[in-house]
Amino acid sequence: MPANPFNNHTEYGIGIGLRVPHYRHILEKKPVVDWFEIISENFMVDGGRPLEVLDKILEQYRVVQHGVSMYFGSADKPNREHLKRLRNLARRTHTPWLSDHLCWGSVDGRYTHDLLPMPYTFAVAKHTASKVREVRDFVEVPVCVENVSSYAEFHQSEMTEWEFLSEVVERADCGILLDVNNIYVSSKNHGFDPYEYLNNVPHHRVGQIHIAGHTKFKKYLLDTHDHPVLDPVWKLYAHAIKLCGHTATLLEWDDRIPSFDEVHHEALKATRALGPAAQPAGDPVAA
Amino acid sequence: MAEALFRPLSSRDGLAARWSDGRSMASVAAQFVKPNSRLTSVERLEIYARSYWFRVLDCLYEDYPGLRAVLGERRFLKLATAFLSQYPSASFSLRNLGSRLPQFIVDEPASAGPHAALAADMARFEWAQVVAFDGPALPALTQDDVLDAGPGLRVALQPCVTVMECAYPVDDLLLALKKTALRGEASNALSSMPRSRPAARPRLPRPMKTFVAVHRQEGMLYFKRLEPEAYAILTALRDGRTLSAACAAALCEAGPGIDWAARVREWFRTWQSLGWFCRRLKRGRA
Repeated sequence: MPANPFNNHTEYGIGIGLRVPHYRHILEKKPVVDWFEIISENFMVDGGRPLEVLDKILEQYRVVQHGVSMYFGSADKPNREHLKRLRNLARRTHTPWLSDHLCWGSVDGRYTHDLLPMPYTFAVAKHTASKVREVRDFVEVPVCVENVSSYAEFHQSEMTEWEFLSEVVERADCGILLDVNNIYVSSKNHGFDPYEYLNNVPHHRVGQIHIAGHTKFKKYLLDTHDHPVLDPVWKLYAHAIKLCGHTATLLEWDDRIPSFDEVHHEALKATRALGPAAQPAGDPVAA
Repeated sequence: MAEALFRPLSSRDGLAARWSDGRSMASVAAQFVKPNSRLTSVERLEIYARSYWFRVLDCLYEDYPGLRAVLGERRFLKLATAFLSQYPSASFSLRNLGSRLPQFIVDEPASAGPHAALAADMARFEWAQVVAFDGPALPALTQDDVLDAGPGLRVALQPCVTVMECAYPVDDLLLALKKTALRGEASNALSSMPRSRPAARPRLPRPMKTFVAVHRQEGMLYFKRLEPEAYAILTALRDGRTLSAACAAALCEAGPGIDWAARVREWFRTWQSLGWFCRRLKRGRA
């Protein structure tokens, strides 16, 4: 039975992000990991060590691509050079699906390299969905869009974030990369119920889930990916799995990155919700 | 919103108090950002402004540690801010963010202060390392390829190899600073100003004409000091001259008492073993 039609009918378990500090450990020790997520932009280069490492990883592991700069919500058309490089990389990795964020971040060819929130309007949803379709059709790989953490809301918005997300993915007929940490962070920053968010997205479209740590400041939470996953996020994750069923799950840890074993051990805590089937057999960390 | 983000932060790492037309930033932000019970509109916008500047500055901090050491932290920050204000990122990849910084220093030497010439050399040298790190490499010519073609062969230097003439020994300076070879990655998680490992202010070198090649082997970055004649041959080849013309031009004023033929053979053996040569593509572009 396919896990989900929006991740190319794959049955992936728990993965972790492929990060530079872990390269040597992974290449030398070859730990058992179900799959790695790569940041596409780090490998959309012409040569050198990034691609050499990637090719070695691909000999041993399944890789899924995650992008940070497609900016489905930007008014600009998708950059053709970006699309070509993304397609070339997808052909190299054979990624079963790829993801990027439900946000904007560029204007008139200038890039912020940030995941900026969008006004939740029907017009913006229509525009965004059409860009998602364009990317998917060009790259020829299923696309999942990820909800972002946000710190600002706009007067213009006509609906809630989860209604906007649903509107975009239904119009684009694409998948969702559901980031439960982002839902939690935004719920605290904007004062909504994260469970209401989870209960009201189209669960059958959730092709992947992200979990991560965040940082509490006095007046807001910041999505920092530099901590273990906090308890409220684990609870939200367990609820998401109840609603969505078995879903490929990825731990993001991007700053103050600890040892590979520590990151992997943290990711495997997702087994509590996913069940033992999600855990690769013979994993030395989980044993 | 984007215009607010691209404006340099104030001295307290906040948004500028005034918009470009003189209105208060608070009133501009309130027009499109909702406040909540804990944060005003402008405070919410400020979170994004900080995030933007911390991220792009962090990228330049990482790509230009030698330049930071030459200029010192404060002048580097000022230079980087001026550069990014004039040249915000025009690429989907942060990898290209600093590509125009070397030329910016040449165009705006005052921004680099009293050591502008050294700073310009160091910036060129460090950008060459970015190119060497992940630039393209074409199939390398073998010794047989060169021998078969004879002296009329026009070869190209690999696009990821940079040969450069510097007024200062920047390679020695950077080695002294023990720059790490690996670059970082794109990420959207960043919470603070770049955690600058404050570069120790080194003793700055005196001018000394230096010829150096920046290249990679097995995924690692290297730089290699070149003799002036070797540099002349490589630049002539890079610029499209034939093997024989490059050697003739480079050695026309070479001093006596040296077996130049043997030396040139040795250089070519080394360059070839390093895979620096590739076929020149049509229209003279490698």
